[in-house]
Amino acid sequence: MSKYYLFQDTKKCIGCHTCTIQCKSHKNLPVGPRISQIIAVGPKFVGGLPRASYVFMPCFHCEDPWCVAACPTGAMQKRAKDGIVFIDFDLCVGCKACITSCPWGAPQWNPETGKAVKCDYCMDRVDQGLKPACVTVCTTHCLDFGKVEDTTRIRRERHAQAVAALDQNA
Amino acid sequence: MENEIYSLCFMCSVRCPIKVQVKDGQVRWIEGNPLVPGMEGSLCPRGAAGINMLYDNERLQSPIIRDGERGAGKWRKVGWDEALDYIAEKLKNIIDKNGGQSVVLGERTQLATHVSKSFLKAIGSPNHFTHDALCKGSVNTACRSLFGYTDAQLGIDYKNTKHIVLYGRNIFEAISVKEVNNLTQALENGAKLTYIDPRVTVTATKAHRYWMIRPGTDLALNYALINVILKERLYDSQYVDRWVQGLAELQDFVQPYTPQWAEEETGIPADEIVTFAREISRDKPAVIFHFGYRGASYTNEIYQRRAIMILNSLMGSVEAKGGFFIKKGPGEVGGKPARKLTEQEFPKLDLTRFDKVGTPEFPLPDPNHGVAQILPHAILKEDPYPIKALIAYRLDPLGSIPDTALTKKALDKLDLLVTIDINYSDIAWYSDVVLPESSYLERTDCIQQANGLKPQMFLRRQAVAPRYDTREGAMILKQIAERIGVGRYFPYENMEELLRWQLDGTGFSLDDFNAKGFVAYGKDQIFWDRKDGLKFKTPSKKIEFTSALLENAGFKSFPVYEPVVRPNGGNFRLVTGRIALHTHVSTQNNPYLHEITPENVLWINTRKAAERGIKNNDVVEVMSEKGAGKIKAFVTDMIHPETVFMLHGFGHEAKLASRSYNKGVSDSLLQKNVSDIIGGSPALHETFVTVNPA
Repeated sequence: MSKYYLFQDTKKCIGCHTCTIQCKSHKNLPVGPRISQIIAVGPKFVGGLPRASYVFMPCFHCEDPWCVAACPTGAMQKRAKDGIVFIDFDLCVGCKACITSCPWGAPQWNPETGKAVKCDYCMDRVDQGLKPACVTVCTTHCLDFGKVEDTTRIRRERHAQAVAALDQNA
Repeated sequence: MENEIYSLCFMCSVRCPIKVQVKDGQVRWIEGNPLVPGMEGSLCPRGAAGINMLYDNERLQSPIIRDGERGAGKWRKVGWDEALDYIAEKLKNIIDKNGGQSVVLGERTQLATHVSKSFLKAIGSPNHFTHDALCKGSVNTACRSLFGYTDAQLGIDYKNTKHIVLYGRNIFEAISVKEVNNLTQALENGAKLTYIDPRVTVTATKAHRYWMIRPGTDLALNYALINVILKERLYDSQYVDRWVQGLAELQDFVQPYTPQWAEEETGIPADEIVTFAREISRDKPAVIFHFGYRGASYTNEIYQRRAIMILNSLMGSVEAKGGFFIKKGPGEVGGKPARKLTEQEFPKLDLTRFDKVGTPEFPLPDPNHGVAQILPHAILKEDPYPIKALIAYRLDPLGSIPDTALTKKALDKLDLLVTIDINYSDIAWYSDVVLPESSYLERTDCIQQANGLKPQMFLRRQAVAPRYDTREGAMILKQIAERIGVGRYFPYENMEELLRWQLDGTGFSLDDFNAKGFVAYGKDQIFWDRKDGLKFKTPSKKIEFTSALLENAGFKSFPVYEPVVRPNGGNFRLVTGRIALHTHVSTQNNPYLHEITPENVLWINTRKAAERGIKNNDVVEVMSEKGAGKIKAFVTDMIHPETVFMLHGFGHEAKLASRSYNKGVSDSLLQKNVSDIIGGSPALHETFVTVNPA
């Protein structure tokens, strides 16, 4: 894994696709590839209430990325300093080996360039101290981006608050 | 060359504050204005597709004049002078022969609406109308009947609410970013969400309570809630005693409307209604019974919206933290609002409006907005007088006014049909002359006066030069006015001059907007004193359950409830609504938004679909007494069996908007043009349809 963590607070996500569109807009992608994508599952009635999941699918930036291993030209790379997996478009020949190899469909096809394209956590923005496009404009701020330690802390704090609230009602 | 500009989005009418980054004359990035609470960078999907709109080659690119039959799609590209001269000459002839009132201008309310209104005043026409009545005319009238304020003069304090009730107000799909974020914050803090809708929406999936109500029976539910709240004295008695007129009459009226009675009408179990009434009253006054965004579904719409606001009044939640508040203007802190061109002296006009609003025939709708759906009737019947010209400004009567065939028949009688828009809308496609407006990223606009708990002003600023041969709407109307001899009412040569004229006397200058994109008149939130300081604008200065506005016009405050007509077994009530990805009829051709939602589908209950041999994704024919279309079926348990649902805004006819052309079915094509004749909204859910395999 890269040293970063892209956290989705599923409780707050409303499946609105702002992330997907801002991503496409920032990367100037044509119709077709959606490299950060919301997939809605449901709704279904659970305990008498309708419930749905809006699953956020960017790239996991694997520790041992199969796409990097599969790439015959060295275009798919893992950045040494932070583990972001990205494509050097000058080297990509459009063979689709990365698309074949990824178990989660993260790399996609850009019909305009004839090359693969994937989530790189907007490393142009990250290098400027900014957050990825999807996180920056997320409608409900349900996406967050940071170092694993920090985002884990946010989760624990939320859990602690929930527990503490129960305590107060007792 | 790089710079950042604070501005206002306009992918929908909410006008969210944004920050735009420009490099080498191109817009590279848009995000929500980080300095505005509730925005903090956020956009909605339409806002995120703004750059995609700007660089879309299927936008209107120059003035065009029709060169064939109306709607045939044969166009002649012309320069601005030719287009404006052509319009001016036609208008002059029409006004000379038929009077100024024969010219109508309709638009979606926007920052330059004071310019359009001034244009009509200058030519002697009372006939300005907005999209508002189509959306919420009855909500407006309902609020005036109770409080003396329009719905637009009331705000909602989502952030501090403890329980919010949404009647089909699909807040997480019909998105206003600040509202979504403030409500999300409240839910995070433990607020409860009750959602009532015949259809499961995204909002329903976030609710703590969901009722799949029989469509059209929200009013019955509300009367039963009022019944329980009064019987069990669950209301805020101090507030009600001080501020409400007509509690005794309400008490008498709701006697028969018990939860048991409502169960039969709505399908919601009586005990659940009672439990809910008790539960929500514990959180008063920090509760919100939401009065809706669109309130245009039934012929008794005004009474449904009144009942909602009566519930809020009983909870004491009007002018309460976590409830509703009355929006405060600059005057509240000794400030002055921006000037509007309408404040000038115009020739006196004493003419009936085309929609007869304000006359005994149609006394109560708001004349500031008029009633759009009356237009086809008025043109066809030449009642109250002949109408000869329509300027459709960022409003599409074909996609918005119910019964498209009737609307077209009426438009065919006009001598002149002009559209001002940025897209090939259907009305543009049907027009004689189309004038392309610069998009929100390419133009500076008039001041936005943002009243609220803290009065502010916002500004839309040009980020980049127009890509095509387009102009600002306020300049277009001025240039037509000059050509017909009334240019004196438009004292500016460009938008900056108009802004300076507007800001004159406010104590603010254009430069004051540079730092944040807005200016504030004061620092603190203003809530009035609930004991003695509430300034209701009704004749009694109270909340009028028994309404002088209604009763003086000959209508009842509490008419007997009439059960809704149920489907006959072979048909369904047609219900429409929104999605996060599209705005009304205006974004369906945006490449990114189209990519995710290219067409609408017809939601139909699984059991009802099976009876007809309809499977998911089958193409079906949906037919009403007004029209028919072929559409894909979405077979689901997530909709009430008596209802079918489709998204509004599809089935476009403009061929040069190639992506949205002929995709899905237009709800307006199917709907009947009937109205709530008291409140003013069209009754968009009063149409029944049959659904059969195509």
